[in-house]
Amino acid sequence: MSEFSRAEVCAAAIADAFKDDGEIFASPMGMLPMLGVRLAKLTSNPDLVISDGESLFLGGVPPLFAKADVVEGWIPFRRVFDVVAYGKRHVMMGATQVDKHGNQNISAIGDFAQPTRQLLGSRGAPGNTVNNRTSYWVPRHSTKVFVEQVDIVSGVGPARAKAAGPGASKYNDIHRIVSNLGVFDVLGDGDTVRLLSLHPGVSVDEVVAATGFALDIPADVPVTREPTESELMIIRNVLDPKNLRDREVPPVEVSK
Amino acid sequence: MSKPRTKIMTIDEVVAQLSDGMTIGIGGWGPRRKPMALVRAILRSDLQDLTIVSWGGADVGLLARAGKVKKLVYAFVSLDSIPLEPNFQKARQEKSIPEVVELDEGMFQTGLYAAAQRLPFLPMRAGLGSDVLVNNPGIKTVTSPYTDENGDYEELTAVPALKLDVALVHMNRADAHGNATYLGPDPYFDDLFVQAADKAFVTCEQIVDTAGLTVDTAVQRLLISRMSVTGVVETPNGAHFTTCTPDYERDEKFQKAYATAAGGSDEDWAAFEERFLSGDEAAYQAAVAAFQEEQA
Repeated sequence: MSEFSRAEVCAAAIADAFKDDGEIFASPMGMLPMLGVRLAKLTSNPDLVISDGESLFLGGVPPLFAKADVVEGWIPFRRVFDVVAYGKRHVMMGATQVDKHGNQNISAIGDFAQPTRQLLGSRGAPGNTVNNRTSYWVPRHSTKVFVEQVDIVSGVGPARAKAAGPGASKYNDIHRIVSNLGVFDVLGDGDTVRLLSLHPGVSVDEVVAATGFALDIPADVPVTREPTESELMIIRNVLDPKNLRDREVPPVEVSK
Repeated sequence: MSKPRTKIMTIDEVVAQLSDGMTIGIGGWGPRRKPMALVRAILRSDLQDLTIVSWGGADVGLLARAGKVKKLVYAFVSLDSIPLEPNFQKARQEKSIPEVVELDEGMFQTGLYAAAQRLPFLPMRAGLGSDVLVNNPGIKTVTSPYTDENGDYEELTAVPALKLDVALVHMNRADAHGNATYLGPDPYFDDLFVQAADKAFVTCEQIVDTAGLTVDTAVQRLLISRMSVTGVVETPNGAHFTTCTPDYERDEKFQKAYATAAGGSDEDWAAFEERFLSGDEAAYQAAVAAFQEEQA
């Protein structure tokens, strides 16, 4: 049995979130999502269109933060907005808060009029979530992130999208929430967050204790699959030889 | 042979055309190709009660810290390598900006399009179901007059026109008449800003002959036409400390010094202001050169 880190499990789980997307623009925000998307492109879904996060579609699959070799397109911000509306895009965003109904907040903590902590602003989250497939990445699963109700709704979950009518709900597609503890979707009872799998070494109790709302937990929760030998080779030798991934998700001692 | 008129002016002449209470759109994106020389000129002026429309970076942070902003229209304010802008955070947390309008970043583009096309609004999905519509009750929805594939009349966000009194943008090259090129990876939305405004001022790294604009650059990089431009100013290093690729990249060391001072004590900020923002643009550039020498 091979040894692997928690970050490597997360990378493979993120890659799996993109494996059935077909030929669309994969937009990862942040380091682990970038690693996972590039892993998917080198394994399960070579048709993915990826960018340098700036303005170029990449023909190849460079390591994290390396310069582009071959360029296959131009994707300045204005054209990102075009692709959002066109719909052939899957974005994985961060989330300072995500709630029971899969709403996400990156705007501010507290009251909007005078927040206790101002964050980025809602960025593209309102538009992403009613136009193209959207997933979230949470590197530190805690009750501060997974809250009953977000303070400000930036990204729109399915219940609110339905309440806003078909203009909002027809393309609302919150696909996966991947955290350092497990994988979730929003197909729980009443459009709520549901536990799909636990990363190796994580218990249901651990996830429940780190979540600030009642999760939908199926009777049998599978374990997130282990990264394969070839995935580990790609992660370690090709995409992330400097092991940046461990800085985002520190290694965990797993008792077997 | 007749030539179009020359619009070369100074940054102080640009600021003289601004007045209290104006709505000013600032081009670029976050910490990228911002017309910082003009932002600094506004900081030195007596202008107040401004409405600032910006995909924001330090332009927003500086103007907010100086108490120039009555109303801010933004989708984010970020320094990228430093995700949260300390002066903007402070202003929001102390509620020193009386009115804020937080939009989705795509709504922002749609609002500028509507203004550029002299329309009252344009429809889009962004905003629906989110708190953008809750926190901005003035933004309405509109029902499609057409049925969709399911026979529904979709309700969409009616993004209001982001009409600007003035647009300020920074480009790599311009001619004396206001035609301007970007040489970096992304045009951002500077063409939309100038078309959404009654008056538009273009600063640039270098003013060249009209023929020089395309001598070694594809014509597709001519983003801005002189018909939308009121004035042109040559401000070398005028986007500092934001990017102006390929002329220069972001000055990360300076940005870090800015963010540290902005997030520090009032004394820290006063020292930063004294060192960098107490003189004119030439004094700023000289202080930056001295800073860079220290850091080298």
